[in-house]
Amino acid sequence: MESTLDIFVKAIFSENMIFAYFLGMCSYLAVSKTVKTAVGLGAAVIFVLLVTVPVNYLLENYLLKEGALSWLDPNSDTLANMDLSFLAFIMFIAVVASIVQLVEMLVEKFAPALYGALGIFLPLIAVNCSILGGALFMQDRQYSTILDATAFSLGSGIGWFIAIVAIAAIREKIRYSNVPAPLRGLGITFIITGLMGIGFMAFMGIKYGKDEAPEKVAITTTIDIDKP
Amino acid sequence: MSDIAENKKTPKEPLFSKKNKKLVTDPLTDNNPVTIQVLGICSALAITVQVKQGVVMGLAVIFVLVLGNLIISLLRNLIPSRIRIIVQLVVVASLVIIVDQLLAAFMPDVSEQLSVFVGLIITNCIIMGRFEAFAMANKPWPSIMDGFGNGLGYAGLLVLVAVFRELFGSGTLYGFPIFGDYITGSGLYSIGYVNNNMMILPPMALIIVGVIIWIQRSRNKSLIEEH
Repeated sequence: MESTLDIFVKAIFSENMIFAYFLGMCSYLAVSKTVKTAVGLGAAVIFVLLVTVPVNYLLENYLLKEGALSWLDPNSDTLANMDLSFLAFIMFIAVVASIVQLVEMLVEKFAPALYGALGIFLPLIAVNCSILGGALFMQDRQYSTILDATAFSLGSGIGWFIAIVAIAAIREKIRYSNVPAPLRGLGITFIITGLMGIGFMAFMGIKYGKDEAPEKVAITTTIDIDKP
Repeated sequence: MSDIAENKKTPKEPLFSKKNKKLVTDPLTDNNPVTIQVLGICSALAITVQVKQGVVMGLAVIFVLVLGNLIISLLRNLIPSRIRIIVQLVVVASLVIIVDQLLAAFMPDVSEQLSVFVGLIITNCIIMGRFEAFAMANKPWPSIMDGFGNGLGYAGLLVLVAVFRELFGSGTLYGFPIFGDYITGSGLYSIGYVNNNMMILPPMALIIVGVIIWIQRSRNKSLIEEH
């Protein structure tokens, strides 16, 4: 099994939400004009991911998965065969939407300046693909413990944060360069994101704990064949 | 009652009037949801490695968008504005569940390849964007046209990107070999042509869309942004 740390590092770098899966691109492109708002939105995404993924993990494992309801009554056959996973989409999105509503109210109360700066984009976190994507990837990959799922959500959030802050910093500077007129704004942002994605692909070479063992076996066998 | 009174005052519009046609054709070019409105990019890029996936995804989005626009437009006077986002999300989520179950039943291989991206249609900004901007304020028929037009604009761009990526990345189109067989080295491969594996990687999708935006904006100067 992958260790929790592996999952965390993987989620930040080699399986970055933006550069590997393009999740959350809409707000990524729309709110990355200045670093300040980008930091605010990035922090909001980290927080919402960190809360929603564990909640959805519990829902998935104690309500939706095949046989997940058997904790209600271990002896009942109907409960052990019950598969509610087709309800996953609607459950996940309901959890995400209500938690976003909560965050919105908290930010409005305690950080009005940030609320003014984020404006329309805070409710849009509910439809930010990275949040629902986090929940769906969690379901897809079947993490064994809630700790792993939390590490994954925190890592994905931090990865998204790094991506949006980096592009916002680049966009602030690129204002002073001579970009061809039709590429200004959206076009050049796409191309820069693509180039950053190529850069991030370098992280795919990171060796995780699990990968090492089978390779050693392969080396010893080749030596054995060479000897005689 | 009020509806009937409204109908008497305004002369009835033909179903395919100029205005309604414009709702369909506009999103195909100068008001494309992906390249101009910047909506729905999340899923547009990840599933454009093969044309087939792009076509299936495009059809799924057209289906959800047309039906969703219709439902929201019918309900538009009943939805309290404070909770409208949640109502919209529930409508989309139910439609997406239908799509997901249909795909899993009839096209299991494509369903497997698309994996989480079918579910992500729910958070596709095009759908929420059209609900907010159009269906909440318009009658059912124009909403259907608007949904169809925007869905088609999205699907068109998806297929366009997928054609480039599949043709140059794997040398096939919709699964059919175009440049000859790569493994036996026939056709173009016999004179030393190689597939550009770069095209299959995620970042190239972004760069292709960037180039499409570049071409579109240099043809239509009014779309150029300040910065």
